[in-house]
Amino acid sequence: MLGPLRGTPEEIARKRINREPWPVLATGLPWATIMLASMASFSPVISSAPVMPPLAYMMLLAWRMMRPGMLPLWVGLPLGFFDDLYSGMPFGSGIVLWSATMLAMEVVDERFLWRGFAQDWLAASALITAYLFLSSVLAGIATGYPLPIVIVPQLLMSLVLYPVVTRLVALLDRVRLLPLKRI
Amino acid sequence: MARSQDRRPGYSRRAQYGIFTGYVVAILGVVAGVAVLVTSLVNPDAFSFARSAAAEAARPLGEAGAESRSTGQGVFAAIGAYFNAGRQNAELRREVEAARANAISMQSLRDENRRLKALLGIVEPQRQPVATVRLIGSTASSTRRFAIIDAGTSSGVRPGQPVRAASGLIGRVIEAGPGTARVLLVTDPDNVVPVKRARDGLTAFVQGASNGRIDIRLINQGVNPVKQGDVFVTSGSGGLYPPGIPVAVATEPHRDGATGHLAADPADNEFVIVEPAYSGEARALIEQIEKDGAKNAAGEP
Repeated sequence: MLGPLRGTPEEIARKRINREPWPVLATGLPWATIMLASMASFSPVISSAPVMPPLAYMMLLAWRMMRPGMLPLWVGLPLGFFDDLYSGMPFGSGIVLWSATMLAMEVVDERFLWRGFAQDWLAASALITAYLFLSSVLAGIATGYPLPIVIVPQLLMSLVLYPVVTRLVALLDRVRLLPLKRI
Repeated sequence: MARSQDRRPGYSRRAQYGIFTGYVVAILGVVAGVAVLVTSLVNPDAFSFARSAAAEAARPLGEAGAESRSTGQGVFAAIGAYFNAGRQNAELRREVEAARANAISMQSLRDENRRLKALLGIVEPQRQPVATVRLIGSTASSTRRFAIIDAGTSSGVRPGQPVRAASGLIGRVIEAGPGTARVLLVTDPDNVVPVKRARDGLTAFVQGASNGRIDIRLINQGVNPVKQGDVFVTSGSGGLYPPGIPVAVATEPHRDGATGHLAADPADNEFVIVEPAYSGEARALIEQIEKDGAKNAAGEP
C-alpha cells in the first residue's frame, strides 16, 4: 500500500508501528475532493462552450468504484446539492442524477461481482453518457431550446479522461490512508 | 478488481437497519431531487439565494483563478509571438496604415456629427458604466452558459443590466448577490438579443447555440441577404441592450440566417463593464417582474 520500505529498521518501525490513518482525512477526503471538483467552475477557464468534463461526477464514480461502501448510499443528496450550487444546471438535477447514480452502482455491484478495470471503465462510460445526456435534456427543458449535439466533444473527453481521474483518486486514496495518528 | 465484499449483514439488527436506512434515504434523495427540480424549472429564480451565497463563498478562489488566467495567457501569448513575429509585424504595419486612414475619416465624421447635433439641439445622454468587473468563473461543464463576475448589489449591479467587453457584448446580469453576480452569456440558448446589421440596419435576432457559436436569425424571411463577414450590432429594441454594441460576425450563411461567432469571446476578456439597462421602460419592466416574482418570468418565452 505504501510502496517499498526505505530507511533503517528503526525508522520504519517508528513510522509504521502504532500508527493508524487520521480519521478526519480517512473519511473526509473523498467528500472534500468531490466538493472541490464541483467548484472547478471557478477555475481559470472561462469558456463559451461546454468543454470541461463533469469532474465532480467522475470523481464520485471513481471513489465509488475504488472503495465500494465507503461513501454512504445517500451521498448523492448532499453532494448533488453542492454540485447544483456551482454547475449552472437547473437546481435539483444534480440531486436526482447523483442519487440515481448511487442506486445504479448498487445494481452494477449486484450484477457484476468480479470486474476488471475495463468493465469499471465501461460502467463509468455508460453512467457518464447517461448523466451528460440527461443533464442536457433538463437544461433543454429549462431553456425551451434543446441542443443534444453540443455535449458530444465534452462526452468524448470525459470518457477518455476517466482513467486519469481514477489514477488521481488512487493517489488521493494513498494520502487518505497515511498513518498520521499515533495510537 | 476483487469483488466487493458481501454486504449481507447476517444477524446483526443494527447492520440490517443501517443498510435499509441507506436505501430509504437514497430513494428519498431522488424524490426530493425531483421535487426541487420541478420547482426550479417552474421558477428559475427559486434557489438564486443559495447560488449567490455559494458564489460569494467561492469568490476568493475565482479571483485567484482570474489572476492565474491572465498570467497564463500572457505566457502563452509571449511564446506564440516569437514564432510568428515577422508575419505579424508586416500584418500590423498594414493594419496601422489602414487604421490611420480610418481614424482621419472618423474624426471628420465626428466633427460633422457634433455640428449637426448642435444644429438640431440634440443632447446625448451620458451613459456611465455601473461597474468595471472581472469574470471570475463560468459553468464550463454545463450546457447552460453562465459566468460569474466579482461585483454585486453593493456596487449597484442589478439583474437585467447588460455586460460588455471593449470589443462587444458578453451577456446580461440575471442574479445579483452582495459581492458577486451571475451573467447569462450571449452563447446561452436562453439569451435572445435583438440585432441589426451594422452596414444597413437589416434586423435579426441572435440566439446562443451553447457551443461557442451563435445563431443569427432574420426577422423578415425570404431571400437571405446575409454574407460571410457581416457584423451584427445590438439594435436597442426591447430596451435591455443599448444600441450599437457589436455582438456577432456571420461566418456561415444558411437558408434563414447564419451561424456566427462572437464579437467578444468571454475567454479572452478578463475585465468587463456592467452598464445600466438601456431604457427607463425596460428598467421599470424588470423591477415589475422582480416584484411579481417568478410568475411573469416563467411565462416569458
